[in-house]
Amino acid sequence: MADWLSAQDWQALILSLRVAVLSVVFSLPIALALAWLLSRRRFPGSTLVEALLFLPLILPPVVTGYALLALLGRNAPLGHFLAEFGIVFAFRWTGAVIAAAVMGFPLLVLSIRVAFDSVDTRLEAAAETLGARAWRRFVTITLPLSLRGVAAGCVLAFARAFGEFGATISFVSNIPGETRTLPIAIYELLNVPGGMPGVHRLSLVALLVALAAAASATLIAGGSLWRRRRDA
Amino acid sequence: MLELSIRHTLDDLDLDVAFNSDARTLALFGDSGAGKTSVLNAIAGLLVPREGRIVLDGRVLLDTAAGIDVAASDRRIGYVFQDGRLFPHLDVRGNLLYGARSQRNGDVADFDTVLALLELAPLASRKPGTLSGGERQRVAIGRALLASPRALLLDEPMTGLHLEARRQVLDYLQRLKRELGVFTLLVTHHAEEVAALADEVVLLDEGRMTGQRTRAAFIAGRESGSVALA
Repeated sequence: MADWLSAQDWQALILSLRVAVLSVVFSLPIALALAWLLSRRRFPGSTLVEALLFLPLILPPVVTGYALLALLGRNAPLGHFLAEFGIVFAFRWTGAVIAAAVMGFPLLVLSIRVAFDSVDTRLEAAAETLGARAWRRFVTITLPLSLRGVAAGCVLAFARAFGEFGATISFVSNIPGETRTLPIAIYELLNVPGGMPGVHRLSLVALLVALAAAASATLIAGGSLWRRRRDA
Repeated sequence: MLELSIRHTLDDLDLDVAFNSDARTLALFGDSGAGKTSVLNAIAGLLVPREGRIVLDGRVLLDTAAGIDVAASDRRIGYVFQDGRLFPHLDVRGNLLYGARSQRNGDVADFDTVLALLELAPLASRKPGTLSGGERQRVAIGRALLASPRALLLDEPMTGLHLEARRQVLDYLQRLKRELGVFTLLVTHHAEEVAALADEVVLLDEGRMTGQRTRAAFIAGRESGSVALA
């Protein structure tokens, strides 16, 4: 496969994998905290938070990308402020991570929230009477009992991030070696004469990655189901 | 030993209970829906009553007038729930040690003592899902004891068990009472459990306390038919 893919193909594939993995890694702690809050606490504005959470799913991705540019672009107040410290996201691969994280975040939070909701809170109460404070209850009871949902959320968010196109191209454009992810590379190849073999190659690669993600999700679910049956 | 006064409104019950007791083993006796479990939840810190004061061995756990409400995790109350509530992802050893890890200054019983008292050694590596009802309750009792509790709350610990398992769990509880002497509050609607374990009985009916008796008076009342029994 090394010879079968061109150097540019490899570049796009590795960038996409890096962007997708990092977007999940960085958004997971925030998603866990937010999902726990939504599942276990009623607070003023919780309905508004839930509504805002859905926005990236409903808005056209290009609009989300534009919103990121308006917020984090070099001329935007926040982007300008961050640039003073050398932190720049627009037109950088790190910006692609932000775009992918934003697009995958609702799927991650919703999956984890459903998983938290399914945990019997009476077990958490039992842990509390045994001296466990909130953090220990979360780490030793809530999280282990909802791991399947958390893992499923990670796979969904990874898949969403790996396929991300609209928000990414709006926010960080198409810079070879920097922001040209696999979907953007496919799009570009579709628009150049003689690009079809490349489109086929990269589409096949995308299919293989998608199959691997789906298989890992099934394995995770299978493992947990096996444990659940045994403990029933 | 235990001073309790609570007022609270639940969905279908107005709870208004107040009593003091110096008994080592106290029973809350009444029919389903009398508010027995709510009293236990208030002592454990899982229910915050509208008004109330709970003092256990001189330690104020709750005093709504003074704004005191000790967190459930800091009350050191061993709670054995009606449904056991064992952690399904941990084996018996993991369940037993869960509270022991939280409270390192254990003084009620060590792991080996509890394992021996409740005959749990053969079950140590099994998951809760593979245990019988009686075994599950023994693990739940052991888990509560190993958290070094100042008091042990038993919420209908023999409900749902067949006769032999009930007898077995009752034997274990009597053994615990003899050998460990930790203050125990037993919720039940079975008079024979009161007779077998309690030193004193508080009678509850529809959220109100209707009497407080010694075991002897309770048994005498049972024989004369003046106490409603299950």
